[in-house]
Amino acid sequence: MSEGSTATSARPLWRRLIGFNLLLAVVLGVAGWYLGWYIGKHATATSLSYFGDTDQNDISVFLGYTLGVVGFLIGLGFLQYPLARLRGYPPSLREKETEGIGRYFGLCTDHKVVGIQYFFGIGFFFAVGGLNAMLIRFELLRPTPVFNSGNYLTLVGLHGTMMMGMMTSAILGPFANYFVPIMIGARRMAFPRIESFTFWLLMAAGTILLTTVFFGGFPTGWTGYGPLNDQANYGMDAYIMFFALVGVSMCLLGMNMLATVVTMRAPGMTWSRLPIFVWGVVSTSILNLLAAPVLIAALAMGLLDRTAQTTFFISSGGGSQYLYENLFWFFGHPEVYILALPGFAVLLEILPVFSRKPLWGYRLAVAGMLGVTLLSFLVWQHHLFMSGINSNLRPFYMLSTELISIPTGFTFLCGLMTLWRGSIRFTVPMLFALAWFFNFLIGGLSGIFNSDTPSDTTEHGSFFVMAHFHYTIMGGLIFTFFAAIYFWLPKMTGLELNERLGKIHFWSMFLAFNSTFLPLFVVGFKGMPRRVVTYAPNLQFLNDWASVSAFVLGLSMLVFLGNLVYSLLFARVRAERNPWESLSIEWQLPSPVPVQNFDRIPTFESDPYGYGDGAVPVARPAGAPATGS
Amino acid sequence: MAIAHTQPGGDIHHGRRVLVLWLAISAIVTPIAVFVVGPLIPPGNGSVQAEGQVFDNQVLIGVSAPIIVFVLVMLGYTLIVFHQRDAVLEGPPVRGDSRLQLWWIVITSVTVLGLAAFGTYELVKDGAGGGQGPSATFLPSNHNQAMDVQVIGQQWEFTYRYPTYGGLETPHLYLPADTLIRLHVTSLDVVHSFWAVNLGVKADANPGTDNVVYVQTKHPLALNIRCSELCGLWHGYMFDGQGRVVSQSEFASWIKQQQALYGPVLKYLPPYSTTYSPEPQLRAG
Repeated sequence: MSEGSTATSARPLWRRLIGFNLLLAVVLGVAGWYLGWYIGKHATATSLSYFGDTDQNDISVFLGYTLGVVGFLIGLGFLQYPLARLRGYPPSLREKETEGIGRYFGLCTDHKVVGIQYFFGIGFFFAVGGLNAMLIRFELLRPTPVFNSGNYLTLVGLHGTMMMGMMTSAILGPFANYFVPIMIGARRMAFPRIESFTFWLLMAAGTILLTTVFFGGFPTGWTGYGPLNDQANYGMDAYIMFFALVGVSMCLLGMNMLATVVTMRAPGMTWSRLPIFVWGVVSTSILNLLAAPVLIAALAMGLLDRTAQTTFFISSGGGSQYLYENLFWFFGHPEVYILALPGFAVLLEILPVFSRKPLWGYRLAVAGMLGVTLLSFLVWQHHLFMSGINSNLRPFYMLSTELISIPTGFTFLCGLMTLWRGSIRFTVPMLFALAWFFNFLIGGLSGIFNSDTPSDTTEHGSFFVMAHFHYTIMGGLIFTFFAAIYFWLPKMTGLELNERLGKIHFWSMFLAFNSTFLPLFVVGFKGMPRRVVTYAPNLQFLNDWASVSAFVLGLSMLVFLGNLVYSLLFARVRAERNPWESLSIEWQLPSPVPVQNFDRIPTFESDPYGYGDGAVPVARPAGAPATGS
Repeated sequence: MAIAHTQPGGDIHHGRRVLVLWLAISAIVTPIAVFVVGPLIPPGNGSVQAEGQVFDNQVLIGVSAPIIVFVLVMLGYTLIVFHQRDAVLEGPPVRGDSRLQLWWIVITSVTVLGLAAFGTYELVKDGAGGGQGPSATFLPSNHNQAMDVQVIGQQWEFTYRYPTYGGLETPHLYLPADTLIRLHVTSLDVVHSFWAVNLGVKADANPGTDNVVYVQTKHPLALNIRCSELCGLWHGYMFDGQGRVVSQSEFASWIKQQQALYGPVLKYLPPYSTTYSPEPQLRAG
């Protein structure tokens, strides 16, 4: 059926299913789970009798998850290469198959394959998280509960954790993996096997988080505060395991990106010629690399509290919940910029192409992103304004938080001035990018209210905060995520996306998104805390409004899914090599990009933003009119 | 170099037009935002701290309004005037303007520093109704005349103790009007957050920690109290609408009534203390 089966060797299908691939990975993963479970059951039942105090055995759950992940990775073939090297074989990139659909279902070291794997993998978990959101809004149609309280909290936790965990790689995963090596003139990432490892680890993590429903879910939301995380049932173990694996994946992804950009730039690709998208990836990678380990440490303590009966977060045993809150938010605040910064990067990369103007204030834009990166490590206790920790430091955290709006303002200035006097084309990716201005404006300014401690007293922990970060993350990241999809997917797949469906998707999503979250600011001010299954009856009208809008938002996602299926499976219109007339190098390559990217390593003589001065010819397919001279 | 750089009408002073539009619209929108919308923003005038927050929000909305108007005017004008009219048109190859960049940095920095200074002043004045931990530093002027009330969070309800009345414990919060109250918020199990919505008070209830909040009550008021930190299964039901701020004489008679009601069980309670250490908890639900 697929082109791959005719192109590969003459081995029959059944033969090709045997070997290191997803099938074996799943088999070994499930086997590893049962092995771990069995070991945990027996080890703890006999030798550590004081676990009899509780009727639970988290050790066997953790061992099961750990061995399951190990089995999954062995099944994919991640041990092949190290073992071969141990036995003296020379280094190679053997996993970089040249053809066949099968390479999308296993360990592949081609960065373009990993990018497409990320796109569909992340997309699946994004859909799951979105469905959870629909169920949450369904519950909030009425002030009285529909679901039982525990199931509702699990939905809230799954939605938050899935989105905050998986979507960290929403743009870095598919688009940075695919385009950063091309943009800097490299044939691969610095560590291609680690690149594949980050993807499959993320998929294992997402699957583990979904298994929480078999263990009764978890009641803590995405923050997982102690000591509630110690009190919670088995389902909590899935949360801890999920976020720890996501942390490892994020950290390695960041390290890999940094190593690639630092060491693998082609001749002439100086730091001041780096496309702004790559600068955004660099900033995000610094955050990934430095913030994620702190999360892993916090979760390791939570794991010990649950298994080895330590009391890191239990005050009656000498620990402190403040320790968890501090560690979690030291990761958690950079985390929200891990979500926001790729949005800035995509925005500034797309605007010059469709304004037919150079990026305005390149250095200021870079300074803005690096400034956000630095400052985001200095603000985390604004999440703890009401907690009573270090209360006389609150003016400092208020100041540092508000300072972030200065480098964020650089992005606004550079974006607006790039548009100014341009020759603006309203394509689908441009529409999604333009929506960022409105969404992030509301998100950023509501953030000023949150950062102001007196104003935050009422807003903290209420729906106001919830609306605020949906404006910054959904309005900032997800809109630019779709901008990136409509912009780059034709290059990745070689197939056009339908423009009419794209415009329907944009307008329905933009209007429904604002209609969903604007009323929730008011709901928060009127006294509705987050994560409640019941609320005051006088808030029903606004909640119903938000719910109905959210359902329309969900439908707009179905329009996108329909567009994807229609364009990639049925219409299959070949994309032009450079439909947007971009000057960036990825658009001068064939669609999709060949395995080795370039015939020879390119030499760069300018940045890709030379629009309007006629100095750099815009590569166009033969027959189309030229832009000038 | 035959590129057409400019759109039709390229000699119009677009910058001046945007400036005038911005000033005109801001001049209309900002007073409406500050004086019409601002006072509607909760928490209202239930306490001195709540009033301070309303004023704070009015200032913030007054600063935000011109910023929103600026970005929207700029964006709207750009998208309407500079949309591509001819497929071969390119924009001018302008790569920056260091004077504009400098002005932008100066203006945003001054705005932000001003906001931070203002917020700090409002916070330091009386604590702004937020939890301050065991040793509060931002005190109202008459803080040593404050009346102590303890708030104890546990899954899934708040109870209140009055140390000046022998450690009396009640299921609902009653406070006298026109009095400075020092709330001591603590928890017996997990992290809760005590939110008295219309008093403008919020403080996390942490096990093993005494989280102090000052609030100056004003007139009699029905309280709306909620837990605003996820605390487990029945978090959504951890609210209470039966608390009151009542006149001083009413408060005195309410205390008498409560002492008659709950006085006999006082001897079974642990003695009043800023934190309590319950039995180490076993895993539950």
